[in-house]
Amino acid sequence: MRHVKPVKEFCIGCHLCELACLTEHSRSGDLILAYTRERPEEGLKACKCVHHKGPVAVAMSCQHCADPACVTACISGALCKDPVSGRTEYDREKCVGCWACVMACPFGAIRRHVQSGKIVKCDLCVEREIPACVAACPNQALVLVED
Amino acid sequence: MLFQPINKSYNDFQIERDKDACINCEVCVRQCSYGAHEWDENRKLVRHDNTKCVGCHRCEALCPTQALTIRRKQSEFREHALWKPHFIKNIYKQADTGGVLLGGMGCVTGIPIYFDNLLLDASQVTNPSIDPLREPMELKTFLGAKPDRLEFEETDHGPRVKTTVAPQIELEYPIMFAAMSLGAINFNLHQAMARAATETGIAWNTGEGGLHKDLYQYGKNTIVQVASGRFGVHADYLNAGVAIEIKIGQGAKPGIGGHLPGEKIDARVSQTRMIPLGSDAISPAPHHDIYSIEDLHQLIFALKEATAYTKPVAVKIAAVHHAAAIASGVVRAGADIVVVDGIRGGTGAAPAMFRDYVGIPIELALAAVDQRLRDEGIRNRASIVASGGIRCSADAIKAIALGADAIYIGTAALMAVGCTMCGRCYTGKCPWGIATNDPNLAKRQNPDIAARKMANLITAWGHEMQEMLGAMGLNSIESLRGNRDKLRAVGLNQIELDILGVKHAGR
Amino acid sequence: MTERGRHSFDYQKDISGCGVFGVIDKTRTRISGDMPISAMASMHDRGNGLGGGFAAYGIYPDFPEHYAFHVMGYRPEKIGEAASILKKFFDVAHDEPIPTNPKARVTNPPLVHRYFLSVKENRPQWPTIEEKDYVVRVVMEINTSLGVAPRDEDKAFVFSSGKNMGAFKGVGFPEDVAVFYRLDEYQAYIWTGHNRFPTNTPGWWGGAHPFTLLDWSIVHNGEISSYGINKRYLEEHGYVCTLMTDTEVVAYLLDLLVRKHHLSMRMMSWVFAPPFWDEVKRLAPEQAEAFRALRMTYGSACLNGPFAILVANRDCLMGLNDRVKLRPLVVGEQGSRVFLSSEESAIREVCPELQSLWAPKAGEPVIVSTEV
Repeated sequence: MRHVKPVKEFCIGCHLCELACLTEHSRSGDLILAYTRERPEEGLKACKCVHHKGPVAVAMSCQHCADPACVTACISGALCKDPVSGRTEYDREKCVGCWACVMACPFGAIRRHVQSGKIVKCDLCVEREIPACVAACPNQALVLVED
Repeated sequence: MLFQPINKSYNDFQIERDKDACINCEVCVRQCSYGAHEWDENRKLVRHDNTKCVGCHRCEALCPTQALTIRRKQSEFREHALWKPHFIKNIYKQADTGGVLLGGMGCVTGIPIYFDNLLLDASQVTNPSIDPLREPMELKTFLGAKPDRLEFEETDHGPRVKTTVAPQIELEYPIMFAAMSLGAINFNLHQAMARAATETGIAWNTGEGGLHKDLYQYGKNTIVQVASGRFGVHADYLNAGVAIEIKIGQGAKPGIGGHLPGEKIDARVSQTRMIPLGSDAISPAPHHDIYSIEDLHQLIFALKEATAYTKPVAVKIAAVHHAAAIASGVVRAGADIVVVDGIRGGTGAAPAMFRDYVGIPIELALAAVDQRLRDEGIRNRASIVASGGIRCSADAIKAIALGADAIYIGTAALMAVGCTMCGRCYTGKCPWGIATNDPNLAKRQNPDIAARKMANLITAWGHEMQEMLGAMGLNSIESLRGNRDKLRAVGLNQIELDILGVKHAGR
Repeated sequence: MTERGRHSFDYQKDISGCGVFGVIDKTRTRISGDMPISAMASMHDRGNGLGGGFAAYGIYPDFPEHYAFHVMGYRPEKIGEAASILKKFFDVAHDEPIPTNPKARVTNPPLVHRYFLSVKENRPQWPTIEEKDYVVRVVMEINTSLGVAPRDEDKAFVFSSGKNMGAFKGVGFPEDVAVFYRLDEYQAYIWTGHNRFPTNTPGWWGGAHPFTLLDWSIVHNGEISSYGINKRYLEEHGYVCTLMTDTEVVAYLLDLLVRKHHLSMRMMSWVFAPPFWDEVKRLAPEQAEAFRALRMTYGSACLNGPFAILVANRDCLMGLNDRVKLRPLVVGEQGSRVFLSSEESAIREVCPELQSLWAPKAGEPVIVSTEV
């Protein structure tokens, strides 16, 4: 299953992955605009979230699990497993914003989109060869794995 | 920022933040281990305190919008040829603290860099240059004592050597990673050096802090060091590597020992050095069992006994005024390799006065040592390794032409993994994750990346060395070693030329 | 610093291209000088008239066991000074001017004289060293004092010191140098010849080839790019290179490796042109070990750079190329005679029919020994 695996030993907690994710999923594609306008004004949010505890940092996002709890929990069919790509896909149109998936995800990798009442979740940057967060990580602490 | 002690305001760097580009994302705040960047909760933006900036450029390098530039502070003292600003500031510091000035990295003064006055030769017409992409171009180097002559016997399959040859370090490139101890730099970098050395077929040096058990697997490419503190030295350690180096002195601080502060002694360092957690690790200035050359002789042979004469023993000395005579004594005492470390050699921490004013440049010391060993007919008995401020492959080639068998790189290897020479290694707060054991910072060195970069540096220099050799019409490094005919000098006086054994350009 | 106040690193080498020719008769049947002279003449264009010379073995049957010293110099008193040094160290069995032809087209010919010498029973110096070392010391004594006088006219110089052999060399084309020394009148079982194309103008005859030491003679086409370290390696062993020709280092290295270190001619050729590490890797462990030891011990004696050399002593003639063969060398065989030459044409010129002809591989020596 293709997913972005965080390497906690070498995550330096810089949060550049979040910024890369934000930019990739912005309308403008411009970090400065995405961060300073789209984020406060439109509630743009990164699918990636870096968690810190002591010296350890982990950049978490959807692990595209083989048997995803979020899909089971989804009441509207907005989340489903693509049998071909293996991605856990999200259909924003079908989402009713119940946030059951947010509670079900064992990684806490689904985030709320408060403004629209929907969710934000890693889509593995469908249009890119390598997800933006992986490319931006300065310490190879995010690894694109297929297993 | 307000109400700092007066002298704090004479800071060295200032941070320039491009207001249009800064998005207040706080990447800089998280990267700066000195707290120069801060989130200002009242203003809701990132601000900075120039007095805390050490000029490491970590924030600048990671800023995603290129909003940061680190500059020397513009504020200037009245110009004075004698009282340069750093003297003034140092006096202020010492008046405040009453302490010894500390400095990291190498000598900062403008003593002549003879490498820059030496130029290499190339073939034109009378001999063809050799293209290393088409022809073999050999850099393989052996370090250790060589016999003066060999005896062979003919067999049906070809010659067989009857003379016993002493153990050697076999190097694919005449370059090695210099001694940097576990503690001074962290485990990730020890691992990176070990892996890079193994991959490229060279050797790395443990420094005086012992060798972590996890790295014993890289023993074939490891030189284990025995220094005055004897940290981490035991029978397994001595036998773990391919050679043993006795450290007598270091170019950055000849004549004094070392001090690794207790804060840097974490569990792994404590275990490897065999000292209590959190205790200071103090290396005395001399080895307390070496008060003369005959004592060194005993230690060399004690180590040879401990390793059943299977490993060459190197002795590292700082380049000081009598380096040639000392080196000659060291070889006569039984050393198989003499390492000469020049004044420009790096360090994690040295008193600034030693770093800047004690010792002599490696070029002069190397030339003198090589010539002295030849004059005394004992050059075959030991290899010479030069270190201390070798910046590029041309420096390495010039050192070899002056007489070195191989060179050590320390500072250059650290630069490969990001070091920007801010010189604050002794604070343990290295923002690049190099000279620190703080787990928050040490993890900034991912050994996968670091090993790749260090290996890349070696292969890159190797390619350049092959090109330079080929241009000189040579196809193996041994024909360049000590071949000072391939060097010419510019701008040096006759005494300097005599010491270097090099003709002036035009001759 | 050397004793004479000059820095050894200041000695320079000449740079030159060249033509070489050698012939050996394995039965020691002597060959007239006409043959090497016409072979060299056919390679006229490989030189530029600034150096030529020959070495010949078996030319002094009347004094076969005496060291035949050839001495050159411009002023009789300087030759006299050299002679008095020789007389101090040797008993002189015979001496005479070397016969010359004053009409030869050569530049600024010196006076040449030869001495047939045997080592004194009671040596005035160095009483315990080996006889050959003693002879070499005397040659060095003269050549590093009288031989390095600042002005050419003040020099006196030993240019040949072997037994029953001699070197004849000077500034000019080889065929003209041959006329000067009247070489057509000599008979030898080994001849080597040299035609030189130096890039500057050596006024001094001593710098021409062949270069000799004791019975060794060398002619050499090439530039020894490793000269700087070869020279320093030799200095460690007491040889001082003063002649400013890189061929000199070849001669001294031969003396060191073969005479003093007792390496065979084959091993010596592997020191000069060692196999590449890639080749060593493919050898059986024992041989790989031998070559590793050879390269690490004698790395400073490796001749790096383009060369084709001919080396002769009283028993053999050897040809060797550098290990990537950057200079030409061919071998021809006919009966008991073997020819080595820069160009096939020179061999065909003197021996049109050949049983075999081939080009030796890079770094592979051709060693031809006499059978009697």
